[in-house]
Amino acid sequence: MNQKTSHVDYPLLIAIFMLCGVGLVVLYSAVGENISLIAKHSIRVGLALVLMYVFSRIPPKLLARWSPHIYLLGLTLLFVVLAVGIIGKGAQRWIDLGVFRFQPAEIMKIGVPMMVAWVFSRLPLSLGFVPLLCSVLTILIPTVLVIMQPDLGTGLLIALAGITVIFLAGISRKLIISVIVLAGLAAPLMWALVLHDYQRKRILTLFDPWSDPLGAGYHSIQSIIAVGSGGIWGKGWLSGTQSQLEFIPERNTDFIFAVFAEEFGLVGVAVLLFLYCFLVFRGLLIAYYAQDTYSRLLAGGLSATFFFYVFVNIGMVSGILPVVGVPLPLMSYGGTSMVTLMIGFGMLMSISRNKNLLQR
Amino acid sequence: MIPIRDYPAEISVVRNRITILFTIILLLVLILVARLGYLQIHQYQRFSTLAQSNRIDISPLSPIRGLIYDRNGEILADNLKAYNLEILPDKVEDMDGLLHELGQLIELTDAHLKPFRLLLKERPSFVRQTLKANLSEQEVAIIAVNQHRYDGVGLRARLQRYYPKEDLTSHVIGYVGRISKSDLKKVDTQAYRGMEYIGKSGIEARYESMLLGKLGVVQVETNAHGRIIRRLEKTTSDTGKTLYLSMDINLQEKGVEAMQGYEGAVVAIEPATGDILAFVSAPGYDPNPFVNGISETEYDSLKKSDRQPLLNRALSGRYAPGSTIKGFISLVGMENGISGSKTSYCPGWYSLPNHTHRYRCWRKYGHGLLDGHDSIVQSCDVYFYRLAEMLGINRINEGMTRFGFGKQTGIDLLGEPSGLIPSPEWKRQRFKQPWFPGETIITGIGQGYMLVTPLQLAAATATLANYGKKIAPRFLSVVEHPSSQIKQRVAPVELGTVKLQDDDFFTQVIDSMQDVVHGEKGTARGIGMDIRYRMAGKTGTAQVKSIAQDETYDDENVEKKFRDHSLFVGFAPVDDPKIAIAVVVEHAGSGSKTAAPIARKLIDYYLLERLKLYPEPPADQLAGLNGPAGPSS
Repeated sequence: MNQKTSHVDYPLLIAIFMLCGVGLVVLYSAVGENISLIAKHSIRVGLALVLMYVFSRIPPKLLARWSPHIYLLGLTLLFVVLAVGIIGKGAQRWIDLGVFRFQPAEIMKIGVPMMVAWVFSRLPLSLGFVPLLCSVLTILIPTVLVIMQPDLGTGLLIALAGITVIFLAGISRKLIISVIVLAGLAAPLMWALVLHDYQRKRILTLFDPWSDPLGAGYHSIQSIIAVGSGGIWGKGWLSGTQSQLEFIPERNTDFIFAVFAEEFGLVGVAVLLFLYCFLVFRGLLIAYYAQDTYSRLLAGGLSATFFFYVFVNIGMVSGILPVVGVPLPLMSYGGTSMVTLMIGFGMLMSISRNKNLLQR
Repeated sequence: MIPIRDYPAEISVVRNRITILFTIILLLVLILVARLGYLQIHQYQRFSTLAQSNRIDISPLSPIRGLIYDRNGEILADNLKAYNLEILPDKVEDMDGLLHELGQLIELTDAHLKPFRLLLKERPSFVRQTLKANLSEQEVAIIAVNQHRYDGVGLRARLQRYYPKEDLTSHVIGYVGRISKSDLKKVDTQAYRGMEYIGKSGIEARYESMLLGKLGVVQVETNAHGRIIRRLEKTTSDTGKTLYLSMDINLQEKGVEAMQGYEGAVVAIEPATGDILAFVSAPGYDPNPFVNGISETEYDSLKKSDRQPLLNRALSGRYAPGSTIKGFISLVGMENGISGSKTSYCPGWYSLPNHTHRYRCWRKYGHGLLDGHDSIVQSCDVYFYRLAEMLGINRINEGMTRFGFGKQTGIDLLGEPSGLIPSPEWKRQRFKQPWFPGETIITGIGQGYMLVTPLQLAAATATLANYGKKIAPRFLSVVEHPSSQIKQRVAPVELGTVKLQDDDFFTQVIDSMQDVVHGEKGTARGIGMDIRYRMAGKTGTAQVKSIAQDETYDDENVEKKFRDHSLFVGFAPVDDPKIAIAVVVEHAGSGSKTAAPIARKLIDYYLLERLKLYPEPPADQLAGLNGPAGPSS
C-alpha cells in the first residue's frame, strides 16, 4: 500500500554507531593502546556494518523463507563441530575455513529466533501442543549442542532467544508458570548431571567470590573491584589501574565493561546503559509496528536477545550473575559476535523499512 | 489444512507481549543500575582502597649502617662490599644443567643448593635469588669471567658489616647478626622491613637505633603478576649515624697483648670525662663469623672453651675485689670517724673476741705496728679486719655503695650486672641465714660475698682520682650525622659527687696509694721503678679457694683453677689524672706479680706514647725523678 517511509532507521543506526564508537574508545584502553588491534577491530566493525546494510536490504518475506535453511545449516555445523571435537581432543567451538574462523553457535543466535518465528508465523497463534513441542525441540537441540561444546553462556542465551519468541507468540500464562515451576525442579538435576565441574565452581563462587579470592573467585573479585573503584566519575580514560595493570581478566573481551566502568564511572555507565536501552527499545518499537507476525516475533526476539546479552554480561562483571563467557555486544573485541549482531540489526532495519507495507 | 487466522487478535497479543517484555527489560535495567550504583557509590571507598593496594607495592630501601670509629678516627666497624651469586630463574632454561655447570666452576654444596631450590619454589620467577653469598675474591673472578656464558647469572654487591680489629674489639663493639624472630618482637618491625641485620651485642646493640639509619621507601606500581611497572615515589634512605667511641684502639691493642694467655679484664677510664680508653676482656673472639651466622661447630667450640671467650669479663665478670678496695674501706673508716692515724698491731692474724678462728694476714709473720697509711701501702689485712669489725657490715655496705659498688655504673653497654656489696638483710633474703661477724671481717679485705666487676673497680678508681666526682663511664663520645657531617659531642654524664666530711680524706688515701707504687715498702714498688710520673695504685690478691687453718698457700703448687686472682687498680698522673685503670687477671697469683706490671705497661704506653707526656729526660736527671725503688717481690 504505502511506500517505504525511509531507507534507513536512523535512530537505530545512530545508536549503533555511538555504541561502536564508545566500544573502540574503551577497547583502545583495554588492549593497552595497541593500535594494530584497534585497526583490526575497526575493519571487523566495518565489514559487519556492510553485512548489516546488506541484510537491511533483504525484505522480511525473504528472511522468513530462508529461516529453515539457515537454521538447518547452523544445526549441521554444530554437529560437525561436535564431531570434530570428539575426534580431536577436548573442547571445540570453532570452524576453521582457512580465511577465517567462526563459531556455528553464533549462527544459532539468529537462526533459532528466526526458526521459531517462522514456525509461529505459519501457525495460528492459538497454540496447540504439537506446534509447541516442535518449537521447544527447535530450541532445545541447538541449545544442548552448544552447551556440550561446552559453552554454557551462549547455549542459555540461544535458548532464551527462542523462548522469548515463544513468549511473544502468545503462549498461555498457565504454561509459562508451569514451565517455570518445572525448571525450578529440574535445576538440581541439571546441577548434578549436566554441569561441568568448572561451571559448578563458577556458580558457587557467584554467591561468594570472596570465599576463593585467589582461585575461582579471583576474576569476579578483580572485576568488581574495578567497577566499584571507578566511583561516580571514573578514573579517566587510560587511567584505570585495575585494567591497565592487568588485574582484570579478559579485559578486552568478556570483561571490557569492567574497564569501562572503572575509567568512566557511574556517569559513563549510565550513558552506556541509556544507549543500550535506546537501541533495545527502538528494536521493540520496530517489533511493535512490524508488518507481519514473523517480523514482529523476529524483531522482538532479536531485540530482547540483544538486551539479554547486555544484561548477562554486565550482571556477570558486576557480580550478580555467574561468570559465563558472554561478550558485551558491540564493545567486546572479537569478530564473529560482532558480525552476528550487525546481521541482526540489519534484519531489524529491514523490518523497520517494511513496516507500513501491509499495515492495516 | 490452513488454519483460519485472526490477524488483528494476533497483533494485539504480540503487542501485549512486547509491552510485557519492555517492562521486564526496564526492571532488569533498574537492577543493573541499582547494583552499579551500590558498587560505585556506596561501596566506592572500599573498592577504591582495594584497587590501591592492588597496584601499589612498597619496597623498602635499606639504609647503610653507621660506621664506628675509635677516638682517633681508626675504623672499628666497617661496611664492606660482599658479592653474592644470584640467579634470575626467568632467564634460565635448564636450571639443573646450569647448577651443575656452576658447580664445576665454584664450590656449591647442599648448603647452597637446598635453600636455593626452596626459594625457586616459593618466590616468583622474575625475582633474583641468591645461590651463594659472600663469594671469595677468586670465586668473584671466576664468575665474572664466565658470566656471559650463562643467561640469568649475576653478581650482586651488597654491604656487609666487617670488624677489622677482630678480637680486639669483640667485647666492646659486639656484632650484628641476621634478624631473628625474637629480635622482631623487640623492635618496630616497620623500621626493619627489608633489612638483614640487627645489632646483637655490644655497641652495635646499644646504639642500634642510631646506627640503623632510616629506611627509605620506594613505591612501585605492580601489575597483577607482581612485576614492577614503574616507580611512583621514592624516599631515600638515611645512612646511620657515625659513632666515635672514646676508646683508643692502640691502647686497647696493648691491653689485649698484655693479657695474652691470661683470662681477665682491663678497664681504663679517663677520670675527667668517663671516657673508656680501653676495655679488654681476655680472651676475645672474632666477631666477623657471627655476622652471617656462625656455624654450629664454630659456635660450640667458642661456647665450650674453658677460657670462655664469649664472656665479657670487663663488663660482667664478677670478682672478689681483694685488697684493691682497701683504699675505699679506709675512706669509709675516716668518714665514720676512724682516723687514718689510728695505729694497730699486726701479729700475722686476727681473731674475733671469744673465737678461736684465726683470720690471717697475707704476711705470715705480720706487719707489726702500723697506721692507716702503712696498712694501705703494705696492704695489711689485719688492720682492715679490725677496721671492718669496728665499722660493722652496714656502714661498710653504705659507704661502698656511695662509691658505686653494688650498683650499675651506667656504662653505655647492655646487660651490666650490679655486683654485690653484702648486707645482713641481703643474706637473710638470699640464704635465709643470719649474718655472722666473721663475714664482716673478711669483707674488710674484699673477700667473702662481695663481688665487683672490673668496670666497677675502674669507675670507682676514677671517682677517687676525681676526689669524689662520679662520672658515668661511657664509650660514645661523638656522633656524626653522615649527611651534614656535623659532629655532636656527647656530654659526660655526671652522677653526682661523693661528698666526704673532709676532702683531705681523699688526699690521705691517694697519698697512701702513691706509696703503694713509689714507696719503699709499697706492695707494687716493683712497677715504681724507672717511672717518669706519679701513680696511685693498689694491688689485690683475691683468694679463689679458702685455705684451711693449718694449710699454707703455695702459688706454684696449686692447681691453676684454685690459684688466686691477681688484681690492680690505679690512676696517673696523680696531680692531673689522665687514666684510671683496673686490671683483673684470673688465677695469676698476687696482684703485684701480674696485674700491677700490666697496669704500669698500659699507663706508660698511654701517657708517654699516646699523650706524649713526660718526654724522656736527659740521662743525668733520670735518677732524681725516680721514686724510691725496692727489690721486686
